[in-house]
Amino acid sequence: MSGTFVGMPAFPTAAREALGDTQLRRNLAHATHTIRDKRARVVAEVEDWEDLRLSGAGVKEAALRDLATHLETLEASLVRAGATVHWARDAEEACAIVASVARSHGADEVVKVKSMATQEIGLNEALEAEGIAAWETDLAELIVQLGEDLPSHILVPAIHRNRAEIREIFMRRMADVGRAAPDDLTDEPAVLAGAAREHLREKFLRARVAVSGANFAVADTGTLVVVESEGNGRMCLTLPDVLVSVVGIEKVVATWSDLDPMLRLLPRSSTGERMNPYTSTWSGVTPGDGPQEVHVVLLDNGRTRALADDVGRQALRCIRCSACLNVCPVYERVGGHAYGSVYPGPIGAILNPLLRGVSDEQTASLPYASSLCGACFEVCPVRIDIPSVLVDQRAAVVDSHRGDRVPKAEAVAMRAAAWTFSDSRRLRWAERASGLAGRVIGRFSRTSLPGGRPAAGRLPGPAACWTGARDLPAPPAESFREWWDRTDGGRDGGGS
Amino acid sequence: MPTVRVALQVTCVNDAMFPDTGKAVVRLLRRLGVDVDFPSAQTCCGQPMVNTGYLDEAVPVVRAFVDAFAGYDAIVTPSGSCAGSARHQHSIVADRSGDPRLAAAVAETAPRTYELSELLVDVLGVTDVGAYFPHRVTYHPTCHSLRMLGVGDRPLRLLENVRGIDLVELPNATECCGFGGTFALKNADTSVAMGGDKARHVQDTGAEVLVAGDNSCLMHIGGMLSRQRAGVRVMHLAEVLAATEDSESKAPGPVVGARAEDLP
Repeated sequence: MSGTFVGMPAFPTAAREALGDTQLRRNLAHATHTIRDKRARVVAEVEDWEDLRLSGAGVKEAALRDLATHLETLEASLVRAGATVHWARDAEEACAIVASVARSHGADEVVKVKSMATQEIGLNEALEAEGIAAWETDLAELIVQLGEDLPSHILVPAIHRNRAEIREIFMRRMADVGRAAPDDLTDEPAVLAGAAREHLREKFLRARVAVSGANFAVADTGTLVVVESEGNGRMCLTLPDVLVSVVGIEKVVATWSDLDPMLRLLPRSSTGERMNPYTSTWSGVTPGDGPQEVHVVLLDNGRTRALADDVGRQALRCIRCSACLNVCPVYERVGGHAYGSVYPGPIGAILNPLLRGVSDEQTASLPYASSLCGACFEVCPVRIDIPSVLVDQRAAVVDSHRGDRVPKAEAVAMRAAAWTFSDSRRLRWAERASGLAGRVIGRFSRTSLPGGRPAAGRLPGPAACWTGARDLPAPPAESFREWWDRTDGGRDGGGS
Repeated sequence: MPTVRVALQVTCVNDAMFPDTGKAVVRLLRRLGVDVDFPSAQTCCGQPMVNTGYLDEAVPVVRAFVDAFAGYDAIVTPSGSCAGSARHQHSIVADRSGDPRLAAAVAETAPRTYELSELLVDVLGVTDVGAYFPHRVTYHPTCHSLRMLGVGDRPLRLLENVRGIDLVELPNATECCGFGGTFALKNADTSVAMGGDKARHVQDTGAEVLVAGDNSCLMHIGGMLSRQRAGVRVMHLAEVLAATEDSESKAPGPVVGARAEDLP
C-alpha cells in the first residue's frame, strides 16, 4: 500500500525539493500556525504548566531509570490479566509476531488504529508481503494510505494535503479497496469525514484481528492506554476477536497515578484540546467483552541503544505529541518527508540517530537539520532539551569520522579555525589577511549594503552557499583589535 | 554606578567583520562611567566548533577564552549567542576534555559572562542610557538571546528609552531568522527560505532600521534585505544605544552607526 522511506536522500537534498513545492509550503504554514496558536491558547489556561511539565518529565525519567524492573512488572501484570506477552528485539521480529498471530486465525486482513510503533517497523508492508491487508482507520492515516503516500507529521500524517487533494484521493482510490466514495463528494471537511466513516464501517464490522499501539503502558496494573480523537481506535480495540498491540518499551510508566500529568500534558500539547475525546484502557482479556485474545509485543528496535546514551536518553521521554514539529521553523518550511522517517521534525532529528546510529548518510544529516533556535525545547511537555541532544548527536557524527583516511573538507576547515582561534597572534594574522581581502573587494565591488558599506556580490565555490541569496559585507580594513591597539582603545581620539 | 572590572569579549565575528559594534560598546560603557578593558589574548568563544559537533577542536579555544578573561568581575559580549555559548556550552567542552583545571576555570567565567543588555540592566542597573536615535526601528529578538539566555524584554526596555526613536513591533518576531551558524551553509536552501520570511516581516513594519543583539543574525537578514534592495538597513543594538544627538548631527547620511571619532 503506502510507500517506505528506505533510500531517501540526505536532508539538504530532500529539503531543497520540498522547498520548491509551493502548495506544500502553503498547506504546512497554514496548518502549523493554526495548531500552534491553538496550543498556545490552551496551555496559557493552565496556571501550573511549568510544574506540570516537570512532573511529566519526572514520571518518564523515573520509568526509564528503572526500565528493566518496570517491564518485568508490566509483563507479569499483563499475563495475569490474560494477555500473551512477546518481546521483539527489532522490526523484523515484531512484524513476524504480528503476522503469525493473524495467520493463526486465518485472517487475510487486519484493521489498525494509528500507531507510530507499527509505522516505525514497516508493519503494513511486512503484512502485505504475507498476503495480509492492513487497513488504517485513522482519517489522516487513511488519506496517506489511499494516496500511496508517506506520513509527514506524527499527529497529522496528512498535514501536507489540503481538502481538495483529499477529495481527489477519495474519489480515485476508495472503490479499489472497499466501499466507493459517493459520486457527489465535495471537499467540505464534514462530507469527507462522512465518506471515510462509511468506507471504514464495513472494515470494522468485518475484521477479526486488530492491531494497535499504545500511548502508555501502566506496569503495576498491566493497563495499556490509547488516546485518540475520532473513535476509530475504540472500534478497533473493542470489536474484533483478536487484538495485537505493538508497544515500544519506553511507553511504560510505573503506576496508574503516573498517568495523571501525562493525560493532562498530551492533549493540550498535541491537538490543542483540554482533554482528548477518547481514552481507551484495557488489561488483558475480559470474558464476553471485547477481544478474547490479546497479544502485546514489547518492542526494542534501538530503544536500549538510545537508553545507553547519557545525553540522548531523554529523547525516550517523548510522548509523540508533535508540539515540536508545529513550532519548528525548519519543519514548517520543508515538511515531514524531508526527514526520511516516520519521526520527522526536531524529535525525529534526534530520535532517528539515537535509535539507529549515524553510520548512514541520511541519518547522519538529521542532527544538522536545525538552526538550534530552541523553540522545540520551549514547547516540549516533557522537557526534552532537543537543542543539546542535537549538538551531542552532531558530535557523534563528527566522532564517527575521526578515523577516516581522508578527512572531510569541513573537518579540515574546523581544525584550521580551531588552530587560528587557539592563539590570538594567529587570529591577528588571519584578520590582517581578511582586511586585505576587504580592501580588494571594496575597490572592485559594484555592490554596497544599505548605509554604504562595500559588499561582496556573488562569490564562486563554497561561498556561493552564502552569496546565492545574500549579500556579504566586505571585511573592514581594520579589525577591532587593531583599532584598539592603534588608538589605545579610542582614548587617544584616533579616527576609524 | 558600581565599580566593576569589565572585560569586553568582542566576539570573532565582530572583531573581524563588525568592529564598529565593539567600538559602540566601548563608547556606551564609557559614557556610563565604566572603563571597559579589552584583553588582547582573546579569540573566540568556540561556538562554531561546538555547534557543528567538533567538541575536541573546541577545547583549546575554550581554554584561550578562560585564560584571557580570568580575574574580571564581568565579561560583556555584544552577542546573545556567544554569551549563551560561554554560559551553557563551555562546561560541556570542559567535561569532555577531562581537564579538571579547565572545568574549574569555566565555572569561574561562565556565570560572569553577560550579553550587553543583561550587563546594562542587571549589573549596571540602567535602562535609560541617554541615547538619541530619531528613526523608525524594529527589533528582532535573536533565538539564543531569547531562549538560551532568557534576556526577555531587557533590549526592548533599553530601546524604549532611546530619545526620538519610533519603535515598531516585528510580526512573528520570535521566529528564527534561519542563520544558525553552519546551518546557513549546510542547509542553505532552508536557511534562505526562513530568512526570506523574516525579511518580508521586517519590510511589513515599514522600519528604516532592523536592530538585534547579534551581528551574525543581522549579517544573514541584512544580506537578504540588501540583495532584495529592500531599503532597510541593519544595526546592532549597541550602535543604537551608543548614538547621541552629537553623533546624529555629525552624521553624513540619514542613519549613523557608532563612529570612532565620536568617542569621548
